[in-house]
Amino acid sequence: MNGHSMLRETLRRLSRNPLAVAGAAVVLFFCVLALFPWLVSSHDPNRIDILKILEPPSGAHPLGTDDLGRDVLARMLHGARISLSVGFVAESIAIGIGLVIGLLAGYYGGKVDSLLMRFVDIMLCFPTFFLILAVIAFIGPSIWNIMFIIGVTGWMGVARLVRAETLSLKERDFVAAARAQGAGTARILFRHILPNTLAPILVAATLGVAGAILVESGLSFLGIGVQPPTPSWGNILTAGKDNIEFAWWLSLFPGLAIFLTVLGYNLLGEGIRDAVDPRLKGR
Amino acid sequence: MLRYVVRRVLVSVPLLIGISLITFGVINMAPGGPIGISSDLNPKATAEYRERLKAYYGLDQPLYVQYGRWLGRMAVLDFGDSFSADGRKVWDKIRERILVTLSINVLSMALIFLVAVPLGIYSAVRKGSVFDRVATVTVFTGFAIPTFWLALLLMILFGVRLGWLPISGLVSLEYDTLPLAGKILDRAAHLVLPVFLMAFGGLAGISRYMRSTMLEVIRQDYIAAARSKGLPERAVVFRHAVRNALLPVITILGLSVPGLLGGSVIFETIFAIPGMGQLFFQGVMSRDYPLIMGILTIGAFLTLLGNILADVGYALADPRIKTERAG
Amino acid sequence: MKTKSRPRRRAAAPRILPALFALLLFALAAPLLPGCGGRGDAPGTGDASPGVPAHGDAIVEGSIGDVSGFLTAVTTDSASHGAAAYVFNGLVRYDKDLKLEGDLAESWDISPDGKKITFHLRKNVKWHDGAPFTSEDVLFTYRKMIDPKTPTAYGEDFRQVRRAHAPDPHTFVAEYDRPFAPALASWGMHILPKHLLEGHPDISKSPLNKKPVGTGPYRFAEWKTGEKTVFDAYADYHEGKPYIARVVTRVIPDLATMFLELKSGGLDLMNLTPLQRTRQTETKQFRKSFNKYQYLSSGYTYLGFRLSHPYFKEKKVRQAIAYAVNKKEIIEGVLFGLGQEATGPFKPGTWPYNPDVKRYPHDPAKAKELLAEAGWKPGGRDGVLVKDGRRFEFTLLTNAGNESRAKTAAILQQNLAAVGIKMEIRTLEWAAFINEFVKKRKFDALILGWSITPDPDQYDIWHSSKTGPDELNHVGYANPEVDRLLEEGRRTFDIEGRKKAYSRIQEILAEEQPLVFLYYPDALPAVHKRIRGIVPAPAGISYNFIQWYVPKGEQRYTTFQQ
Repeated sequence: MNGHSMLRETLRRLSRNPLAVAGAAVVLFFCVLALFPWLVSSHDPNRIDILKILEPPSGAHPLGTDDLGRDVLARMLHGARISLSVGFVAESIAIGIGLVIGLLAGYYGGKVDSLLMRFVDIMLCFPTFFLILAVIAFIGPSIWNIMFIIGVTGWMGVARLVRAETLSLKERDFVAAARAQGAGTARILFRHILPNTLAPILVAATLGVAGAILVESGLSFLGIGVQPPTPSWGNILTAGKDNIEFAWWLSLFPGLAIFLTVLGYNLLGEGIRDAVDPRLKGR
Repeated sequence: MLRYVVRRVLVSVPLLIGISLITFGVINMAPGGPIGISSDLNPKATAEYRERLKAYYGLDQPLYVQYGRWLGRMAVLDFGDSFSADGRKVWDKIRERILVTLSINVLSMALIFLVAVPLGIYSAVRKGSVFDRVATVTVFTGFAIPTFWLALLLMILFGVRLGWLPISGLVSLEYDTLPLAGKILDRAAHLVLPVFLMAFGGLAGISRYMRSTMLEVIRQDYIAAARSKGLPERAVVFRHAVRNALLPVITILGLSVPGLLGGSVIFETIFAIPGMGQLFFQGVMSRDYPLIMGILTIGAFLTLLGNILADVGYALADPRIKTERAG
Repeated sequence: MKTKSRPRRRAAAPRILPALFALLLFALAAPLLPGCGGRGDAPGTGDASPGVPAHGDAIVEGSIGDVSGFLTAVTTDSASHGAAAYVFNGLVRYDKDLKLEGDLAESWDISPDGKKITFHLRKNVKWHDGAPFTSEDVLFTYRKMIDPKTPTAYGEDFRQVRRAHAPDPHTFVAEYDRPFAPALASWGMHILPKHLLEGHPDISKSPLNKKPVGTGPYRFAEWKTGEKTVFDAYADYHEGKPYIARVVTRVIPDLATMFLELKSGGLDLMNLTPLQRTRQTETKQFRKSFNKYQYLSSGYTYLGFRLSHPYFKEKKVRQAIAYAVNKKEIIEGVLFGLGQEATGPFKPGTWPYNPDVKRYPHDPAKAKELLAEAGWKPGGRDGVLVKDGRRFEFTLLTNAGNESRAKTAAILQQNLAAVGIKMEIRTLEWAAFINEFVKKRKFDALILGWSITPDPDQYDIWHSSKTGPDELNHVGYANPEVDRLLEEGRRTFDIEGRKKAYSRIQEILAEEQPLVFLYYPDALPAVHKRIRGIVPAPAGISYNFIQWYVPKGEQRYTTFQQ
């Protein structure tokens, strides 16, 4: 179990997959833009100028202006922050819950396991989007609520993955050895089992972030996503769709941004899955 | 076999109760009761009116009483009366919508399987080829494009510019006067865009799954054995590998039900299709508790049903599995 | 020969109460109620000849919300009220100039003391099933309205009635304890068929709520929930059979889809957004197929304050904010000029409206001056004003899903920042907004809209006794003079007397600014060119719907004709 060489091997395999590399590049590109928007645009995303309503792309406004004369590029950049944060935070919540439940179920087994897994089964039966809609409509569409509810309804896959890994890991020699040395349950779980479940979690995480971004755009379409004037890609696209024929720049850019980002995360996730799955090494 | 099915169904009963509990819990998180909408800030609505509505709907009872009553009736598909002004039975409201949603879902699912399975197989056989890469990007494109955006673009292209397809709705206004063939054509024309879009969006899941199970199967010993026997590669792939790789794909049929159902909210809204997704969204926005509970329960029930069917199908195809999975 | 088949083109307004007879906060666009001063492109001129009126053809309209039931006594959404207007009549209605005229009542007498109204009913009216309409139906409707088993939100006006009776089949009498000016208008409530509803203790559960039988110009044909409603012209309508043979209302929840349907010819009628109207319909192609109309709608959008809030209880602060707000910018930026600056709670061009009130032109310097007088001085970091160590910061609430309000909020935020006030914006889902924040008075300030009824009685909104949690004076306005004037206004039938009272109320409200009245939006319907006979009036365009027609040669939907 040499973590370092395994990581290097994984990265090497990943770098040989052009799709995964492209995906990673897109993901990185938008992350950088979201972190440093001022690199690209100095406009204030909320600066209204009613004399410049719905101007097509130009030198002054490379992506045009919206229906309040705000700079679309600046809104896209700040929207990237919001949309990506929704993705990251929601998925972190999902992974947190999934990890705990998966570890507990896998490690303790027996009644604990079957009880928790029944709960997972129940949650998996719900059309998740229905559940999200209902809760968001009830508790209100603040960014935090949206992140929270996407996370809380999206952990089941992670829980199953972690449980399966834990089940197989806990019988391994190194876990038995740790136990023999008197390591506590918490220590075994977090020092020994957790690190070995990271790869599948990473795959789930990349796909989950993409899913959360899409869910936010869907919620925005229904009017209960991130609320304007705070920009998110979803609500910029939703506002733009009503002018889709006339002011094409309002929907094209956010649409492309969501599309490329989600695609990027998916390709990256698939790439990681292929790269870490040692069983596929042979081919 | 019958025993297995019965057991499988019995196992689902606690799940159903769990589902109903969660549903009930979600609804009671809501601020503002169901009587809010009809009387909000309407000067002609008095406090007395509110109280009357409360009593009328049984909202003055303790929670467990409300839940108990509801559970009892749910057993016989009686989801109670809708809180909306029409006061119709929830089951009646769902019943007239569910077929629309299900038929679109089933059609798209069929399309997904028709396209995704060969795509997955071929991608696996040609892993790493240009075809594999193009297929990968294509299926993820379907997943990654916000559906309502793509829907509008296609509506503009095929509906407004080219005039080939209707933009929204289920049937034309002249539907009733059309001859049978015309009726079928009319319906089909209205279904083209929604079914295509839904299938495009769902392609990724199944085709990728098909690809990975296929890759796994190809590495199995018996495939190697078949190869070593000198069987032609085509025969190896189609006679041996595909059959075994298809089995697990059956099981995710059940799991894909909730995803498709959830997506129907957006499809039905953008295409103005009177289905269950729209009904649910309206119910949520107007706090129609019985309707929300009814649809969530039915949605979960459909998923359970899908899972059971998938498991039974799997067991039928592969008898080794039945005892193990039933636990 | 006029009918008040009310809003067919419902605006983007699923929860608006469209009834002209009730005040209501509205969640989305202005309700498409009769407006004022039709400034529409003259229809039927130039390129299209008026043609000869002919029966036949259908009108297809879009609505973002579905009908919930057809009995308006037990529904509160605009889609339902709009649909019901085809099927039912009241005793009275508003004519094209927004004056009350007889509908099912031919005429009426009001006793000299104002406490008794005697309605003389039309004699030639038949229900759609052929049964004759009589005063028994009116009496039955009245009884249902005050019946505790009827889940209605509109019973209050009818509880004012001391005694109602029907001395003969064509006379109906309502007696009141005290003169009640809104009484006459309240009889615009749809009259229900006694012979079909008897034996249904709760009319909301009666089959009639789904398959209505009325006396109106159209009879119910079909309701496919979530999809469409269909009405066919009623041959025996007491004002003559309407020309348009069929009215179909399609439910299309998304506005972008609806607009594409309109352009592709799937819809004949739709209410445009200001942006669609100004930027997307100026094409040759659109003009070739559609006539566009424009008139002031009956509602206003306002910025309201919780008057018990320590910052806003001071009049100078509210006036300062009124000066800081750039209404012109809002009307340009949000409405694209298709609306008017609001000055008070009544509609310009109607008799209660008083134009001579204090106005607040955009004047940031004046705003800062007033704020300074109120003790708010520059000093905070990032230029926010400070008083007694507290920064001038507050949160503005409004409901989600209303693009105009979201845009207005964004402009307000920028306007206020310019005078040193920091405003956060929070949008909330409608039900939560109303129940958790407005009713519980948990807000600093909010953007909302009120509808304006032709009868000026706004007792429920402004009277100091109406500040309870379930009542409508949610800003908590209290002024003894206004209280007295409101009482005066509803207890006399004399127009001049009422006018004086309401004029004074407007002066006081303008001075005190319990709300900053922002704008009256225009209604912007587009109607297919083949449809003729539309004459814009103060009441909008829909008042003469039964006289709309399509000349024989231009009729489009002909296969269904009876």
